[in-house]
Amino acid sequence: MPFYRSHILVCVDPECLAKGAHDVVDALQDELVAQGLLEEIQVLETSRIGSCSDGPEMMVYPEGVHYVGMTADDVPFLVEEHFLKGRIVEKFREVHKAVVDEELGPLRPKEVRVVLRNCGEIDPMNIEDYLAVDGYQALGKVIGEMTPEQVIDEVTKSGLRGRGGAGFPAGRKWGLTRQVPGDIKYMVCNADEGDPGAFMNRRVLEGDPHSVIEGMIIGAYAVGASYGYIYCRAEYPLAVETLNVAIAQAREFGFLGNNILGTDFNFDLEVRVGAGAFVCGEETALMASIMGQRGEPRPRPPFPSVKGVWGKPSNNNNVETYANVPQIILKGADWYASMGTERSKGTKTFAVGGNVAKPGLIEVPMGITLREIIFDVAGGIKDGRQYKAVQTGGPMGGCLTAEHLDLPLDYEALTQAGSMMGSGGLVVMDETSCMVDIARFFMDFTQAESCGKCTPCRVGTRRILELLQKICDGKGQHGDIEKLEDLCHEVAKNSLCGLGQGAPNPVLSTLKHFRHEYEAHVYEKKCPAKVCRNLIHFEIQAPTCTGCMVCARNCPVEAISGERRQAHVIDINKCIRCGICMQVCNFNAVSVLS
Amino acid sequence: MTTKALKDIPANDPLKSEDLKPLIDKAIAENKDRPGAVMLVLNEVQSKIGHVSPCMQVYIAQNLNVPLGQVHGVVTFYSFFKTKPRGKHTIKFCLGTACYVAGTPQLVEKAKQMLNIGLGDTTPDGQITLEECRCVGACSQAPVVVVNEEVQGKLRPNKFPQVLKKVQG
Repeated sequence: MPFYRSHILVCVDPECLAKGAHDVVDALQDELVAQGLLEEIQVLETSRIGSCSDGPEMMVYPEGVHYVGMTADDVPFLVEEHFLKGRIVEKFREVHKAVVDEELGPLRPKEVRVVLRNCGEIDPMNIEDYLAVDGYQALGKVIGEMTPEQVIDEVTKSGLRGRGGAGFPAGRKWGLTRQVPGDIKYMVCNADEGDPGAFMNRRVLEGDPHSVIEGMIIGAYAVGASYGYIYCRAEYPLAVETLNVAIAQAREFGFLGNNILGTDFNFDLEVRVGAGAFVCGEETALMASIMGQRGEPRPRPPFPSVKGVWGKPSNNNNVETYANVPQIILKGADWYASMGTERSKGTKTFAVGGNVAKPGLIEVPMGITLREIIFDVAGGIKDGRQYKAVQTGGPMGGCLTAEHLDLPLDYEALTQAGSMMGSGGLVVMDETSCMVDIARFFMDFTQAESCGKCTPCRVGTRRILELLQKICDGKGQHGDIEKLEDLCHEVAKNSLCGLGQGAPNPVLSTLKHFRHEYEAHVYEKKCPAKVCRNLIHFEIQAPTCTGCMVCARNCPVEAISGERRQAHVIDINKCIRCGICMQVCNFNAVSVLS
Repeated sequence: MTTKALKDIPANDPLKSEDLKPLIDKAIAENKDRPGAVMLVLNEVQSKIGHVSPCMQVYIAQNLNVPLGQVHGVVTFYSFFKTKPRGKHTIKFCLGTACYVAGTPQLVEKAKQMLNIGLGDTTPDGQITLEECRCVGACSQAPVVVVNEEVQGKLRPNKFPQVLKKVQG
């Protein structure tokens, strides 16, 4: 095996790829060849080195130097300085930038990484990297020293709860599956992370697939399962590829297959890829999809623990839940339970997005407040605007307002506040977001993703969407808001699965906290956030307009007229209120009025 | 009924193509005996050929020995399976929350205007298909479009012509 004096990890997340990470990798390879360093330095592709917001990013080991923001053209200079002359290039160094960013707030100071500990630190495509950071030691401990009951006890004691959103205690679920009699049992990993704005699981699968696999093997030992499926959504091709490589390597090293680690314990695993149906994140739908059927949920009970894949007892947990398990076994239940709140233990990953200064992936202890997440960890609201609301729990969750900023985040507190933990997407909104429009957006999503099996969800979500559309279009009438409210309660009460039961949540929570916005739309025909197209119009402010013609060129309907170097005018009758002119104007001369 | 349908395969169907038919047969042969084969075969065929035409559905059902209804049901249930051929290049607009807030609707508007087709349509020359897609998980780059397999972020409407130019070559 070749021995390298240095390793360069380059982040290949979509964010960094979009900024040319592949070009940087190619340039690095070329330059290493040119300098004759190919034998000494290895270039690896990985994910999640930093927040990707300043990408492309790379990490150079053994020094642990974090470079960001270079282009392919900078690579020769970087290679020469760092690898030939041994000088760190401060220009691209992330530490340097962090100092600059300190004014916005300390760089993710409250993070505790358990699930994300290896992401960006190791090469996900190489099992030896994982072994070097105590990988598969937990499995060895479990198989060598513990009975299945002890494993279940340990996980129960740690207080680990399902990270897919519902928060069912993982240890108890394992215990239930173990108790069900049956010769064949299955382990299922839900990697169908469909919530818009959530990408925590993708990062774990792409950056540290073995921790998930190890967690599943430990789970299989505990519940007595002999085969497992990881159901990954088709939108994550890199995750699928990484998993397949990782599974093959684990099999080669004897962690999967027959007689694992020389015992009579057998377990194997395969990846099943979804095909773009959000509802397949629901466990019964997911199992139907694994079996090659339409991903339609069915009523529970029987729960999957009793009757799951192929009618056999199946244990279903999400990616993050499994990824926690090896650490719990290694460091002990007490260590894990020391983090978090009374009823929600450990850490949680969140994908913070929307209008914050530093969006990205974070992992924080349970019980942290929204204020800490948004203002301390994510750097506050972008462009100095006002915080308005945060959507948690994806399209089935709800929005939380300024009054919830000091709410400690745990399963119970979020449910009580009318939202839910969900898988962990946090979309932060400022005063430029219209809450009615946001509710309509989410309803549009759930309506399209409703599988159509049960009537309340199939018809109900469509009727809710129509009402919301009507209100956004400025055609709302007296009584519409009340009708909307009633309908939401009915759909929530009568739907078959979590999708329908949760679908009205965004509407109900925005109605609760932003009822005045709905009323403004219906009674005054105004959109306070100036978003809803039928209720706004655009104007060019003549004094600020330089007549650069950018807006006129970009207008899709040629509604803007005016001579070069003279103020332009928008023809309100032609204008379709798409807002492109406002986005492209370099002088802020276009304003929107309601 | 199924045999009849297979008699009138249109000339441009992949089943008539010497290059593509072996891919279908291979997908069937490799997965036939695995449990849940329908999804596996369809996923393979969709990714290799780009669509699953009605004739292909009949062919797959017959060869997997499952009811046509199951194959058709699965094809129409999941948004990844297309029944019509797509253009040589696809431009997908991410409809995730972060992208929506950051201005995907404006991008879509611009694209529609430039290509004169709607979302889900292909240009008459068969070059470009416009599609919407679910969150690709690149939220900090919002708004995002996926051109073929490549993610492009922080796109403003006035930069869209460049994206198009790159695709058209």
